[in-house]
Amino acid sequence: MIQAILVFNNHGKPRLVRFYQRFPEEIQQQIVRETFHLVLKRDDNICNFLEGGSLIGGPDYKLIYRHYATLYFVFCVDSSESELGILDLIQVFVETLDKCFENVCELDLIFHMDKVHYILQEVVMGGMVLETNMNEIVAQIEAQNRLEKSEGGLSAAPARAVSAVKNINLPEIPRNINIGDLNIKVPNLSQFV
Amino acid sequence: MSHTKPYIRKKAVLIMYKVFLKYPESLRPAFPRLKEKLEDPDPGVQSAAVNVICELARRNPKNYLSLAPLFFKLMTSSTNNWVLIKIIKLFGALTPLEPRLGKKLIEPLTNLIHSTSAMSLLYECVNTVIAVLISLSSGMPNHSASIQLCVQKLRILIEDSDQNLKYLGLLAMSKILRTHPKSVQAHKDLVLQCLDDKDESIRLRALDLLYGMVSKKNLVEIVKKLMSHVDKAEGTTYRDELLTKIIDICSQCNYQHVTNFQWYISVLVELTRLEGTRHGHLIAAQMLDVAIRVRAIRKFAVSQMSALLDSAHLVASSTQRSGICEVLYAAAWICGEFSEHLQEPHQTLEAMLRPKVTTLPGHIQAVYVQNVVKLYASILQQKEQAAEPEAAQDVTQLMVDRLPQFVQSADLEVQERASCILQLVKHIQKLQAKDVPVAEEVSALFAGELNPVAPKAQKKVPVPEGLDLDAWINEPPSDSESEDEKPKGIFHEEEQRHAKQQLPEADEEELARRREARKQEQANNPFYIKSSPSPQKRYQDMPGVEHIPVVQIDLSVPLKVPGMPMSDQYVKLEEERRHRQRLEKDRKKKKKKDKEKKGKPRRHGSLHTESDEDITPAQQVDIVTEEMPENALPSDEDDKDPNDPYRALDIDLDKPLADSEKLPVQKHRNVDNSKSADKEDVPVVEKKMKKPKKKEKKHREKEREEKGKEGEDLDFWLSTTPLPAAAPALEEPEVNAVITAPKEEGEEPRREEEDDDSERDPEKKSSKRKKKKHKKEKEERSKDKKKSKKKKPPSDKAAEPVENGALDEEPLPPMSSYCLLAENSYIRMTYDIQGSLQKDSQVTVSVVLENQSCSFLKNMELNVLDSLNTKLARPEGSSVHDGVPVPFQLPPGISNEAQFVFTIQSIVMAQKLKGTLSFIAKNDEGSTHEKLDFKLHFSCTSYLVTTPCYSDAFAKLLESGDLSMSSIKVDGISMSFQNLLAKICFHHHFSVVERVDSCASMYSRSIQGHHVCLLMKKGEKSVSIDGKCSDSTLLSNLLEELKATLAKC
Repeated sequence: MIQAILVFNNHGKPRLVRFYQRFPEEIQQQIVRETFHLVLKRDDNICNFLEGGSLIGGPDYKLIYRHYATLYFVFCVDSSESELGILDLIQVFVETLDKCFENVCELDLIFHMDKVHYILQEVVMGGMVLETNMNEIVAQIEAQNRLEKSEGGLSAAPARAVSAVKNINLPEIPRNINIGDLNIKVPNLSQFV
Repeated sequence: MSHTKPYIRKKAVLIMYKVFLKYPESLRPAFPRLKEKLEDPDPGVQSAAVNVICELARRNPKNYLSLAPLFFKLMTSSTNNWVLIKIIKLFGALTPLEPRLGKKLIEPLTNLIHSTSAMSLLYECVNTVIAVLISLSSGMPNHSASIQLCVQKLRILIEDSDQNLKYLGLLAMSKILRTHPKSVQAHKDLVLQCLDDKDESIRLRALDLLYGMVSKKNLVEIVKKLMSHVDKAEGTTYRDELLTKIIDICSQCNYQHVTNFQWYISVLVELTRLEGTRHGHLIAAQMLDVAIRVRAIRKFAVSQMSALLDSAHLVASSTQRSGICEVLYAAAWICGEFSEHLQEPHQTLEAMLRPKVTTLPGHIQAVYVQNVVKLYASILQQKEQAAEPEAAQDVTQLMVDRLPQFVQSADLEVQERASCILQLVKHIQKLQAKDVPVAEEVSALFAGELNPVAPKAQKKVPVPEGLDLDAWINEPPSDSESEDEKPKGIFHEEEQRHAKQQLPEADEEELARRREARKQEQANNPFYIKSSPSPQKRYQDMPGVEHIPVVQIDLSVPLKVPGMPMSDQYVKLEEERRHRQRLEKDRKKKKKKDKEKKGKPRRHGSLHTESDEDITPAQQVDIVTEEMPENALPSDEDDKDPNDPYRALDIDLDKPLADSEKLPVQKHRNVDNSKSADKEDVPVVEKKMKKPKKKEKKHREKEREEKGKEGEDLDFWLSTTPLPAAAPALEEPEVNAVITAPKEEGEEPRREEEDDDSERDPEKKSSKRKKKKHKKEKEERSKDKKKSKKKKPPSDKAAEPVENGALDEEPLPPMSSYCLLAENSYIRMTYDIQGSLQKDSQVTVSVVLENQSCSFLKNMELNVLDSLNTKLARPEGSSVHDGVPVPFQLPPGISNEAQFVFTIQSIVMAQKLKGTLSFIAKNDEGSTHEKLDFKLHFSCTSYLVTTPCYSDAFAKLLESGDLSMSSIKVDGISMSFQNLLAKICFHHHFSVVERVDSCASMYSRSIQGHHVCLLMKKGEKSVSIDGKCSDSTLLSNLLEELKATLAKC
């Protein structure tokens, strides 16, 4: 089981925090802080396993991390996961991110929070590894993007039409056209995914 | 789970685990289908099923033994490493329960080890093989072969340059060590090599390994190596770890491997030289332990300790704050207790009475005081025996002189003890003056032998009748137990020791009487621990070490006690001593034989721990098993947590499904179910059913009770919604962030606005005087503005160095936000549009009018054609068609700025307004009416107000998911990222939230409160901008404008 996935930058600012076990918010933050301090003082050329994430779980749990440029990807896992396997998984996750946001940067994780979580959901679900094949993951993400686009295309269409008309600069256009209302009539397809 | 799409099936299967956790009852009915999924044609579904079952089996492996053949098949057929690893891990959990499985596994696993190229798989295989070998006791033909294979492979791992593999190799090695220490010991060189590794975790792993590898032969060598590491080690945590490991290694199994305790004591003394260690108490405990349990070493220990006390001021002053002064506690105690071994007791006494001692922590001082008296008693006796009453009186005088410093101590215990003893000494002084021999009686106070008690002894002592345990500890009926007489023997916790009253020493008669009484009691008391044949005597004070069994050592060679060496010589001396020791050993070998011939009976018929190694230990160690009260039962403590949610899943899956449990499915499913149930052979089922019942009955009942309340809710909840329990398990622990952040920031931008205004004011004045410098001025101002802006997000964390430093890297090209409005021979108009957050429907247009002619311009009036959306704010009373007068006149060559306010309704789109400036141009030839038409362009950018944003708030905003998204990409840009960023920030009123390399996030707000977030990334030659905004139209218009700006770059 994966207990938590933490991504933070070199300054310890959390970029992505995902817990698969319920912790109160303060504890979560404390975990992130503590993990950061544990990881920070380690050189890049030493091993990627850490014991003693004292806050999560206890002796059965290990921190497995990888350091990419400005980001640390830390997975907290128990003994049922293979250490090297998880290292590979982190690699897969990062590569997937890179594929989805071309040359990924830590700000992508903030800016595309929703998508990042979605990608993560495709890799790890409920603390268990769902898919380790990157192509499979990317295919799913692309399918989702297509769906979103077609949906976005529908809902954005009226708005675009309105803006086009407005650009003609006809002051007579009744202003009570409320774009928001129009959106409601478009079925929100993402709910059915 | 039977959806046609494998993607859905895969997810459904994985979800089931969470369902099982929440609703354990669902496991039995759902299991058959889960099992089916193990053979799903889609590898993804298969791996998901393996995942779930492995997770289930990890908690309660025995219920899944029946799946072993299926997994075995999967293992031999699957090629997916991930699945293989999972299965192999599962087998690792299963083999301890079914040794036959292990036998079957070894062969395919060995094949895998040989064939696989994936290190992760190799490692897991080795791990499982180890598990298998552990579960098989012995009697396998290829047993040692596979061990050898494992160790070999591990050696390859450890020797690998990849630190990760090294680490894992060591980890696995320590597993083998537990069962097959011999095969690992061959690789001692490798492990020692790892000790030099720069990686701390690897060193720690290697240390763990060492722990198991020591023997009598190599202990000295290993510890020596460790000691050198202690000296080198930087970082106190690692040093502390080393220290504890050294002590652990030496003291394991009752000092099984220590052949020379002199050496050990000197190692301990050497360890005290470490600065800043937290483990002073550990060293102290070891010293006490060894000194008490190894009788033969006491003399040596005492000499070392007295030397330590002599240099105590060094130790105390340099390491006052750290824990090392704890060692003095042990030193003082040992010197006091075994004062008869002291060579120069007087000197030690003085050392202990030094004024510096009062700077030590209270509990150490207390021990000092107590042991000073012991020492004093023994000196007294010596002197009296030597008939030197003068000297005896001198010592007494010394005591009387020095003790008051302790009486003044802030620590209550020290104070109390000191004042008692001071009175006692004064009394003795009086007696001495009368030439009464007192030594006998004084030393009788402290005569006595230690009486070790097992740590659990206290718990096991049954409460005697008539003893009220709730009563204060010092007031129990004195005849019920020996505990008030000899409390420390039983209560070894410190607090209790402190709580104890000082027993009146003065009353010797009383003491003698009590002692007599107690002896009798002890003889009659069946609970009293009789461990040593020596007379049971009373003890004044004891630190918490009595619970350790006595180790008696008979040294056949008289000890040579070297003086306390200076710290720098110490290592050499140590080596010499070791060498000598080796020689001694040889001699001892012979002597030992003699000894054995004598057939000295061992006390208590205790554990005989002579090693089967060829080396004969220098000292024979008799180990007494820890003592327990006779009626103590071995307690079987339940270490399993009854609240463990996984325990609920401990369900017998092999039991045929009861009718009520069957899933409501179509008929053909039912057939399947019954089939799978029937397949199980009956004896297995019976076995399975019995086992869990016996063992788990208790747990389950407990669990039920514990879960009582919870369960009710659960039941209630379950009764209403029978199956779909998946939902709660899936809930995300995320906070649905409400966008409150911008509100908080409301104040900040306002302040900034004010700043801007104040900046602008003086400039207006100056612009009147100065001629064409205006533009440059503006540029400067804008730079200033930017700087102030950059300083704006000052907040500690939010502003990272990247943010602030970034823009200072290279000089920025000058920029102006003013753009040309219209121009003719008379006048040139440039304008800028500014919004403000206070007024959600107003923008201010600043128009700079510059007289380009030699005429005098006056009566200037500006008028625009209002649209429905955008209107010029006119003075009250004027009609829609009236213009707004410009409040100044322009002499030739002069420029000035006029401001006009426009009201706007919708800001999501750009707008253009037609307007006219009319004025009278007056020159020498007369005056003319002139007109200049212009088009005022209200871009979407102009509705944005630069607003700083903290990155946390920014993240929250994006997290909320209320924003619509859109993106653009512009190719062929060569400008540096920094300039680009500055340009966009300046022209489009954005502020940088964070910047990392060539990627930056920006934020801005419209006057109507729309949030606009941008993420700009620069590739090789292209720039992509992703935008998110509360209004999609505004965003797309903004992005168009950005694109236009970028295209110009």
